[in-house]
Amino acid sequence: MNGFSLDRVWAVLVKEFRQLIRDRLTFAIMLFIPILQLTLFGYAINFQPRNLPTAVLIQEDTRFARSIVTSLRNSTYFQFTAQVRTPAELDALVRRGEAQFALTIPADFSRRVARGDHAQILVEADASDPSATSAALGALAALPQQALAQDLKGALGPRGQVAAPFEVVIHNRFNPEAITAYNIVPGLLGVILTLTMVMMTALSVTRETERGTMETLLATPLEPIEVMTGKLAPYVLMGLVQAAVILVTARLLFHVPMQGGWPGLMLGTSLFIVGSLALGFLISTVATSQLQAMQLSLFYLLPSILLSGFAFPFRGMPGWAQALGEALPVTHFLRLTRGALLKGQTLGDQWRELSALVAFVCIVTALAMARYRRTLD
Amino acid sequence: MSLAIDVAGLNKSFGDKHVVQDLAIQVGEGRICGFLGPNGSGKTTTLRMLCGLLTPDSGHGSCLGFDILTQADQIKRRTGYMTQRFSLYEDLTIAENLEFTARVYGLDRRRERVDASLDHLGLASRRDQLAGTLSGGWKQRLALATATLHEPQLLLLDEPTAGVDPKARRTFWDEIHDLAAQGLTVLVSTHYMDEAERCHEIAYISDGRLIARGTAQEVVESAHLITFHGEGPGVDRLAHELAGKPGVESVAPFGAALHVSGTDRAALEAAIKPWRRAPYRWEEVPPTLEDVFIHLMGQAQDNAG
Repeated sequence: MNGFSLDRVWAVLVKEFRQLIRDRLTFAIMLFIPILQLTLFGYAINFQPRNLPTAVLIQEDTRFARSIVTSLRNSTYFQFTAQVRTPAELDALVRRGEAQFALTIPADFSRRVARGDHAQILVEADASDPSATSAALGALAALPQQALAQDLKGALGPRGQVAAPFEVVIHNRFNPEAITAYNIVPGLLGVILTLTMVMMTALSVTRETERGTMETLLATPLEPIEVMTGKLAPYVLMGLVQAAVILVTARLLFHVPMQGGWPGLMLGTSLFIVGSLALGFLISTVATSQLQAMQLSLFYLLPSILLSGFAFPFRGMPGWAQALGEALPVTHFLRLTRGALLKGQTLGDQWRELSALVAFVCIVTALAMARYRRTLD
Repeated sequence: MSLAIDVAGLNKSFGDKHVVQDLAIQVGEGRICGFLGPNGSGKTTTLRMLCGLLTPDSGHGSCLGFDILTQADQIKRRTGYMTQRFSLYEDLTIAENLEFTARVYGLDRRRERVDASLDHLGLASRRDQLAGTLSGGWKQRLALATATLHEPQLLLLDEPTAGVDPKARRTFWDEIHDLAAQGLTVLVSTHYMDEAERCHEIAYISDGRLIARGTAQEVVESAHLITFHGEGPGVDRLAHELAGKPGVESVAPFGAALHVSGTDRAALEAAIKPWRRAPYRWEEVPPTLEDVFIHLMGQAQDNAG
């Protein structure tokens, strides 16, 4: 035993610190990740999303109806984005996820208010993400007392004071009991695939570089696309198995409803797997070591969890964060999975998310091919 | 005799480091050319440019009749390249490594070729052993077998025997000679003098420039070097005193003896004169390849300095 020597500890410490600083990418990531996390958590995440897109079906154009719309708008939770003519159109908007809420003011509303005869308005909420809607739904509680207060002064005055002049009927659609797992578990499919797929291929090329086998590979007649296809194929299979396992578990353990949308879901899952693998391949053409490849993968994973709508309501984020989120493939994949499993979306509802995933695969593959060096230059 | 390698004016820079400068080299078909030079002199870079792993900044020429700038793909197909580091898959078995190479080159009769290669290596019984578990010498032989599996016409070997024991080195070189006898052209970089002497011809580069070329004999003669071999108790300790004296271009201890070399006979003799007495014995010897290389390295340093 040589005892404990601070000098020797110092020797290791100095060496370690020098190595840390010399690995520029690692150093940058270690500095950048806290900054990124702080800005994301601090500015982007909001548990009380406001200005949620709301579609309206107004079957009578009366003063009362207009007052209700105004009152909802003034609550700042609702933003009226579409006015439709039929219940079917309203339904489609909610199913496609374009509207978070659908407001229906029935034809005989004013008459019933005037008569005090159980006047009702209907608010349908897309509860596939319960956390996105809860605050807004809470704000509805005060609506009946306030919305028509101005209108009911005068002749109809007493109506306003005795009891609420009308009732708000809330339909939580797609996830009526607002079970969080129904939202989180389909989302986990995207997050888990992102984590495993990106990392798998991110390591695969850097491993060749680190072990020195890359030089031999480059000296052979192999073409970049051949290397990439060959490297990705086994993981595509792994990814599909993984997706199947997650879906079966989601059903058996969490009883996640599976409404349908299977063709789109299967197509989307395949696209997402291939795209994530290609992204990993792209990362591995940038990273110079396996450690860097891991760090870059995690660096990508972080916004995929925070900005995609997985952990926090997408619509609660400010515009810039939503724009970032839209650029993430996992955002589109989450919508696709939730839409298929909870809402039973059809291919017609899913085409936007599917095209986003196709674009993702194409762009990342093109970038990876451009980055892949055929020489050691 | 036609040339397997015929390039001229090769240049390559990494950043502001001019690694290879106006390099010209010709190697005839079926010849073994030893590629020598100090570390960092540009040997690996040159080999990589020849097999298309690096693009020369300027220069022209051909390998196996194909243009090195535009027909790298053709060259790659016909060239075997063995890197400095063991670069097979350590987590694949010996046979799997060979199979992979056979597939990449799209070889026919794959099984047959792999089996033949294993038999030739004497590894048939260990075919399912992981390549990573082989000893250094075996790894290099396997790497050579892999590099020659597709029957290339040109073999580029980058310090293939670094860190390999003498017996394994000898086996390795016997194989290289066998391959050359079959018509394969070999360009092999090395630091070992005995290996340089086993080559048909050698090329010596320093700081990216070719400074000597020919058979070992020719390189030695062209240096016009005069070497004195000194013996006697403690003669090796004279190295410090002799170094730097006018006329002494290199001083190198050889075991207990000392080699003092220079190109100016009068100055060299004057320099060792104070010690040409008992107990020291001096005699003029033909310079060895190593003397010449140390001399060449010294010259290059002077030029650089």
